[in-house]
Amino acid sequence: MSDATTSLSVTPLNQQHRALGALMAPFGGWDMPIQYEGIIAEHRWCREQAALFDICHMGEFTFKGDIVAAGLEDLFTFSITAIPVGRSKYGFLLNEQGGIIDDLIVFRMAEDEVMIVVNAATAPNDFKVIQSRLKGGQFNDITAATAKLDLQGPRSREVLVDLLGGWVAEIPYFKFVQQTVLGVPAIVSRTGYTGELGYEIFLPAEKVGELWEKLLADERVKPAGLGARDVLRLEVGYSLYGSDIDEATTPLEADLAAFVKLDKQFVGKEALLKQKEQALKRVKVAFKVTSRRTPRHGFGIFDGEKQIGEVTSGVFSPMLGCGIGLGYVEPGYATLGTSLTIKQDRAVMEAAVCTVPFFTEGSVRG
Amino acid sequence: MSEIYFTKEHEWVKVSGTSAVCGISDHAAHELGDITFVELPAVGKQVKQFDVLAAIESVKAASDIYAPVSGKVVKVNSELEDAPEKVNESAEEAAWMAELELSDAAELANLMTKAQYDEYLKSL
Repeated sequence: MSDATTSLSVTPLNQQHRALGALMAPFGGWDMPIQYEGIIAEHRWCREQAALFDICHMGEFTFKGDIVAAGLEDLFTFSITAIPVGRSKYGFLLNEQGGIIDDLIVFRMAEDEVMIVVNAATAPNDFKVIQSRLKGGQFNDITAATAKLDLQGPRSREVLVDLLGGWVAEIPYFKFVQQTVLGVPAIVSRTGYTGELGYEIFLPAEKVGELWEKLLADERVKPAGLGARDVLRLEVGYSLYGSDIDEATTPLEADLAAFVKLDKQFVGKEALLKQKEQALKRVKVAFKVTSRRTPRHGFGIFDGEKQIGEVTSGVFSPMLGCGIGLGYVEPGYATLGTSLTIKQDRAVMEAAVCTVPFFTEGSVRG
Repeated sequence: MSEIYFTKEHEWVKVSGTSAVCGISDHAAHELGDITFVELPAVGKQVKQFDVLAAIESVKAASDIYAPVSGKVVKVNSELEDAPEKVNESAEEAAWMAELELSDAAELANLMTKAQYDEYLKSL
């Protein structure tokens, strides 16, 4: 839980955002840029060129030690020892009831070393939970000392090759390299949250200002805020922690079972096995609106007059030209093509259950 | 000659004889951010001053648009249905939303002149 009376955290780039005239707003306890030029322009730049995001708010933890003996192997819904060194994997930290404490990515740095990247709002609690479950090893929260920039878009590779070197071009999807960048140790990872070819760069906080300026000096690069990031991630159907998934939701309900390995041990497994035997009470669906109207978080989902669910994320998709969203419905309404009515006050929109990603033309694997 | 008036809810109306063309102000369009949807009223609809006339959605929010004056809707700018971004480009000119047949010119006294609206914006 975050304390509402504490002031917002700021990233090392706060002054740069203000100088660029960004609209700032609180997100996950941090003072973050929502938009610079405009959400749709920034979204388009990411889909066509290369967009730069300040993601320093996200949490990073390191673990060094015996992954199995320390119990780290049994902490997440996927096997860490099965991740080859130099690769990363997405999955969940669950509570005993199978609820999602956080969604995260684990980077296998070495045989006995990992970096765990978690959401900003949940980072303090994640750290406590993981620490309480570990039986050894060195576990550290390096969030404050670690900066993270995301460069995303079809031209991100050529930009980084020109700035950092040809080695960037050799990084395949969901692989990373540890390299010296601007004279300091950095991690350059071929991952992202946009559906485009892109990189996440981790480096010491004191160097991020220099990297930010160097990247923005390239005319192929423009800054993008969390507003555009939300549209980009939803167009490819990614869940947002706190909106689409939370501690009261299991990966089975969230249609994210692909990231859960039930043939290994992890906290919450018993609850998931039990849930699998029973019928789910609600499931996450993706839907497209038949007009340009935007479904928004909290809008009701109806079958005629009967409410059967609720919207958890929704945006107007510039790529599809219609409203798109995620939400939870009674399982009988989750079949592909099912008609849904979405309502809030005077706004009424018709929608149909569809598959994700909504937008399939991204350059992510390019 | 037409006169322009504004409401506190940031609609404008240009009055010329009994023709009252209305839309939202540049200030409102800027505050809303990228406009993604405009719901126009049906032609022939009778509206009262300050009743809901239309609806607008942006990447940030959904808002109602109120009728600056009472009257019958005689024309709508249906181009906005497919190109709502025009509101961001030209809120007070090309992106007019509806033309009303003004039923009571005395209602104009409830609105602000351009100079009064500019003062009002400074006070927000």
